[in-house]
Amino acid sequence: MSITPELPLIPRLKANAIMNLLARGQRIDKRKLEEYRDIEVRIGYIPNAEGSAYVRMGNTQVLAGVKLEVGQPYSDAPNEGVLIVNAEFIPAASPSFEPGPPDENAIELARVIDRSLREPRVVALDKLAIIPGKKVWIVWLDIYVLDHDGNLIDASMLASMAALLSTRVPTVAVDKESGEVTVKRGEFQGLLPINRLVTTVTVYKIGNYLVVDPTQEEEALSGARLTVAVTEEGLIAGMQKAGMDYLSDAEVERAVEIALSKAPLLIGKIREAAKGIRGEGGEASNAGKQG
Amino acid sequence: MGAVGEKPRLIDESGRRIDGRRPDELRPIEMEVGVLKNADGSALVKFGDTWVLAAVYGPREAVPKHMTLPERAVIRCRYRMLSFSTHERKSPAPSRREVELSKVIREALEPAVLTELYPRTTIDIFIEVLNAHGGTRTAGVTAASLALADAGIPMRDLVAGVAVGKVDGVIVLDINEIEDMYGEADMPVAAMPGLGRITLLQLNGVLSPNEFRTGLKMAMEGIRRIYEMQKKVLRQKYAVIEEE
Repeated sequence: MSITPELPLIPRLKANAIMNLLARGQRIDKRKLEEYRDIEVRIGYIPNAEGSAYVRMGNTQVLAGVKLEVGQPYSDAPNEGVLIVNAEFIPAASPSFEPGPPDENAIELARVIDRSLREPRVVALDKLAIIPGKKVWIVWLDIYVLDHDGNLIDASMLASMAALLSTRVPTVAVDKESGEVTVKRGEFQGLLPINRLVTTVTVYKIGNYLVVDPTQEEEALSGARLTVAVTEEGLIAGMQKAGMDYLSDAEVERAVEIALSKAPLLIGKIREAAKGIRGEGGEASNAGKQG
Repeated sequence: MGAVGEKPRLIDESGRRIDGRRPDELRPIEMEVGVLKNADGSALVKFGDTWVLAAVYGPREAVPKHMTLPERAVIRCRYRMLSFSTHERKSPAPSRREVELSKVIREALEPAVLTELYPRTTIDIFIEVLNAHGGTRTAGVTAASLALADAGIPMRDLVAGVAVGKVDGVIVLDINEIEDMYGEADMPVAAMPGLGRITLLQLNGVLSPNEFRTGLKMAMEGIRRIYEMQKKVLRQKYAVIEEE
């Protein structure tokens, strides 16, 4: 059951200050309406993960990690690997996050990121069969929000994309007779094959203004948001409207324009962070050899 | 999901779709309100073989009182698929998809309902998919909005929804399950057509910016047609026949 949430209270003085500044095209932290906060991407952050990334966007901090396991393919795609995305809003990250299974917000975030990766075939799942029809790689992408200061979807998407780029596929030994596959943890056969880079740009409506990358206080004043996934080729790879307010046709049109114009900046951040792993230019090069 | 079996041809040489429709044609739509006796409002909506039942209870006193809000009614919404509504049995346990869709549908209806008129109460919306053949969430929004009206709950406008898609490179209206499964994109949209307000917008798939604009326009045109049907069915039930 989805229930109208109680919105976080923002002191009226602060709310008025935010709204008055927006009317003049300014933000409370001196940014422009369509300006992101400082972004830090640290790739390969967790030594034990096959791939990982830490992202800080202003005071929002997100950690994404990838573990690879050998498993069975889905019956409708017997020669493809499997991608599974989960997100957790840990209680350490905000006084409003409770321990327990993921709530609707965490589930929505994970599913938006899952679709944004799946539809444009970001991970080349067709190259992840070990024994076609029987054994394939299961790519577990888990996202943990460490500190919530707004714009969790974009920060999580950035961390997810960077984590996938840093992912190395372990070496496996296949027993010819039994068909048993053993993973040799710590030995790697190559990088996870990636077809293209994708980012999300979430545009928030605050009053009648459209902004990107709000802080938690700004987000609390926002009635609706539109997340737009954009590929490095400039295609729209997914969308999600959320929030209790509406968007007009013109606002949707404008939000998509903003998303298309901001996406290269975020793609650039990921590319730059992955330079050491995927080579100059950070192009989404495939793994050398596949099991 | 990856390729499933063999992909059928979705658009034939005359430009017709797999079920014979033109690209901008809706499936046959049926709507009925007041189909349940106990609910304060209810509706059954059929888009072809997609059948959805919606029931509304409220505004009513909340069971755990602390869940209410002092300045408005709380909307509680559940979208669910019956176990036999799909080809493979759907486990009755709530799936992640159902959790997400319950939220997306609630947020599609929130902007329409005048919740400020009923502080400290709840309005409960139950959406049950009886038979799924593509576009269940948008049929669900359409049915829920009719059920809210049937319950006499004041709204700014009705909410109507439809999914557009891209199949074999063509942008089409009101996609069915086969078009959803084998097509390139699925974009559900819901709006308050009288006010030009979009309350639900999702895209699952890849579109160029121009294809997106074409799709959104087509969806809004389809929504206006569905909206006229909603108004007609409500008028049929509630229009007072004056005598003398």
